[in-house]
Formats: sequence, C-alpha cells, structure tokens
Amino acid sequence: MSIWEYANPKKFMQTSAWALPWVLGATVLCLGVGLVWGFFFTPDDYKQGSTVKIIYIHVPAAMMAINAWVMMLAASLIWIVRRHHVSALAAKAAAPVGLTFTLIALVTGAFWGQPMWGTWWAWDPRLTSFLILGLFYLGYIALWSAVDNPDTAADLTGVLCIVGSVFAVLSRYAVNFWSQGLHQGASLSLDKKENVSDVFWLPLVICIAGFVLLFLTLVLMRTRTEIRARRLAALLARERLA
Amino acid sequence: MIALLTRDLRLAFRAGGGFGLGLAFFLLIAVLVPLGVGPEGATLAKIAPGILWVGALLACLLSLDRIFALDFEDGSLDLLATSPLPMEGAVAVKALAHWLVTGLPLTLIAPVLAVLLNLPVAGYGWLVLSLALGTPALSVIGAFGAALVVGLKRGGLLMSLLVLPLYMPTLIYGAEVVRRGAAGMAVATPLALLAGITAGVLALLPFAAAAAIRVNLR
Repeated sequence: MSIWEYANPKKFMQTSAWALPWVLGATVLCLGVGLVWGFFFTPDDYKQGSTVKIIYIHVPAAMMAINAWVMMLAASLIWIVRRHHVSALAAKAAAPVGLTFTLIALVTGAFWGQPMWGTWWAWDPRLTSFLILGLFYLGYIALWSAVDNPDTAADLTGVLCIVGSVFAVLSRYAVNFWSQGLHQGASLSLDKKENVSDVFWLPLVICIAGFVLLFLTLVLMRTRTEIRARRLAALLARERLA
Repeated sequence: MIALLTRDLRLAFRAGGGFGLGLAFFLLIAVLVPLGVGPEGATLAKIAPGILWVGALLACLLSLDRIFALDFEDGSLDLLATSPLPMEGAVAVKALAHWLVTGLPLTLIAPVLAVLLNLPVAGYGWLVLSLALGTPALSVIGAFGAALVVGLKRGGLLMSLLVLPLYMPTLIYGAEVVRRGAAGMAVATPLALLAGITAGVLALLPFAAAAAIRVNLR
C-alpha cells in the first residue's frame, strides 16, 4: 500500500467518490460552526467594533490562497518527475480555486481596510504581493487554456508553476524592500507573545479548518470532473476512429 | 554558438522591423508620459526613474516573440534541437542576441530620454548602470516566456501575461537604484539585489526555457 496507488485514475475515482461526501460534510460543519460562532457569538473588538469579524473570512482565504499555490507546485513536481496524470489534473483543478481565494482575500481586505485604515487599497507589501500572486494564477490558468494538447499543457504549466514559485517568493521580498506597510504582522503564531485574543482564536481556527476542507472538497470535485472530461475525450476519439 | 549568435544578429539587423522598433517605442513612451502628466519639471523628475524602467521593460517585451517564433515557423528550431549544441546553450545565445539588439541600445539611449523626463543629474550614471545590469535579466526571463508560448498561434498577448509578473522583482530593484541614486542616497543594496536576480536567472532560466522548448517541439 503506497500513496502512488492513488495516481491510478480508477483507484483515485473510487477513493475520492467514497471520501467526497465525508469531506463535504466536514466542510459544511466546520464552516457553519466557525462562521456562525464568529459572526454572532463573539464580542466586538474594543477598537475595531464589529468589522473585526471580517477576520473569519479574510485570514483563512488568504492562507489558502498561498497554500493552494504550494499544493499546485507539489502536484506539478510530481507530474514532472513521475508523470502521473491525476497529479497534473489536480494542479489544473486547484488553480481557479486558488485564484478565487486570492480575490476573496483582496476584496474582504479592502472592506476591512476602508473603515480601519481609511483606504480601500494601499501599496503595502502584503497587499501588493497578493495582487502579484493573483496575476501568477491568471497566467497559469491562461496557459492551461491556451494549449490544446493536454500533455503539452501539463508540462508547460508545470514548468511555469516551478519558475513562478521562485519569482513569487522573490516578488514577496522585493515588495517588502520597496515599501513599508500598514498591514499588521502575523498574530496567530505559536511562538509569539502577542497574539489575537482567545475569544476570537477558537472560531478562527475552526474557520481555517473549514477553508482547508473547502479547498479539498473543491479540488477533489474539480479533479474528478477533469478525469471524466479526459475519459469522455478518449471515448469520442475512439468512436471517431471506429 | 558564435555562428548562431552572428546569424541571429544578422537577421535582426537586416530583416528590419524588429531592431529599431523597440527603441522607437521607448522614445514614444518618454514623449507620451510628459504629454499625459503635464510639463512640470518637479513631477517629471519624481516619476522619471519609474517611467524609464517601465518603458525599457515594455520595449523589451515588444520584441520577445521574435526570439523563437520565426525559427519555429521555418523549422530552424528543429534543426537547432538536433544539433550538437545543447538547447540550454541555444537559449542562452538567443537571449544574448536579443539583449544585444534591444537591451544594450535601450541602456545607451536611456540617458538621452532621461533629459526629456528631467531626471536629476545624479541619477544618470545609476540609470545606465541599473539598466546595464537589469536588461540581461529581462532578456533571459523573456526568452523563457517566449519558449513557453512558441507553439501557439497567437501567443503574444498570453506571453505578456506570463512574462510581466516575472519582471516585477527586476523592475522594483532597478527603479529603486535610479530613484535612490537620483536622490543622492546609498544604492548598494538594491544594486546588489538587482545583480543577484540577473545572475540567478542567467544561471537557471535557460534550463527551464530549454525544457519548455523541448516540450513544444515534441
């Protein structure tokens, strides 16, 4: 029993068909509990008022936007090294989800920034690098849709994903150098003294778990769709030959 | 390699259309921006480093699809792939040729355009130095982008979407060198980072570009 068994599309389809309802259920549970708890059963912040509740969407979405790219990088590397088609399709499936999370983080950030900082947008390092991350997602998705041959597309986007990862990290530190920010630092770390208060912490962690599960659900669904589309294309090609 | 370099240079000079065009585009940007922003010297001096760098970057972008597309169409890219020269070397030579016909002239003409944009005198040397250090990176990154889209019919627009995000670190450090240089501040840090990016992409990206070309020729 090794993890590579799931690289077999048939095995992947079987297992994911079994797992999907459970993951979906856990997503609904976590997001339901976390968001309702966060929105209705936590106190307002003494300075920020009720706008603090944006945190339950903004932070998990931002975390998942970055993690989605890391997952795409891992999947692209697996595709390039071991040529498992499921891996390439999973990377393709994750990209629009990651882009959506990036947009959610940017938009909720703007809604939060308006009352707090008095501006919808500032050229802050974190904001800027998120915008750049969104552009990387756009380019990746555009390249997938531009190339007709699926294997060529998988190879090219894989190379783009690896190079793009390096440049995304470079840009992150370059914009740090370029401007000083309004955005607060990390306040969920395990090793720092000053963190977000406990009343907000627990629902936030549940929301983060919910967003991770949501990402998993969507990627599983989209990967299954991609595999089915690939099978359909193979069937049609066979029929044309016959 | 030298034969390939001279061939590319000769093609660029004689085929027309490609060579002077980037420079003309750069000139037009330096003319258009004051027309749009207004003629106040102080404003122009403030935005000159950024405009000059963005202009050089766009002028570079303009000629990228010529790196591989023509060779792909007439089949000489297949010949290059079967030649004893490794594809990585061919990519590096073609990026060098691209730099010699775009990056280098852009670097040399930039001080003239800086006059139009009222760049403070202290910035001239840093402008030339930063472009000389940074434009090779633009050519190599561009060669990678061109390699990704070489098999596509209308790859031009897609390529700008792919390449421009990759240009961002270079642009940030390059323009920062000029801005600090013009203001009389220390420029060692951004200059070193800019040189680091150029050295890094020169060393690594030919491999990625060659991999993309091999995929596209399959």
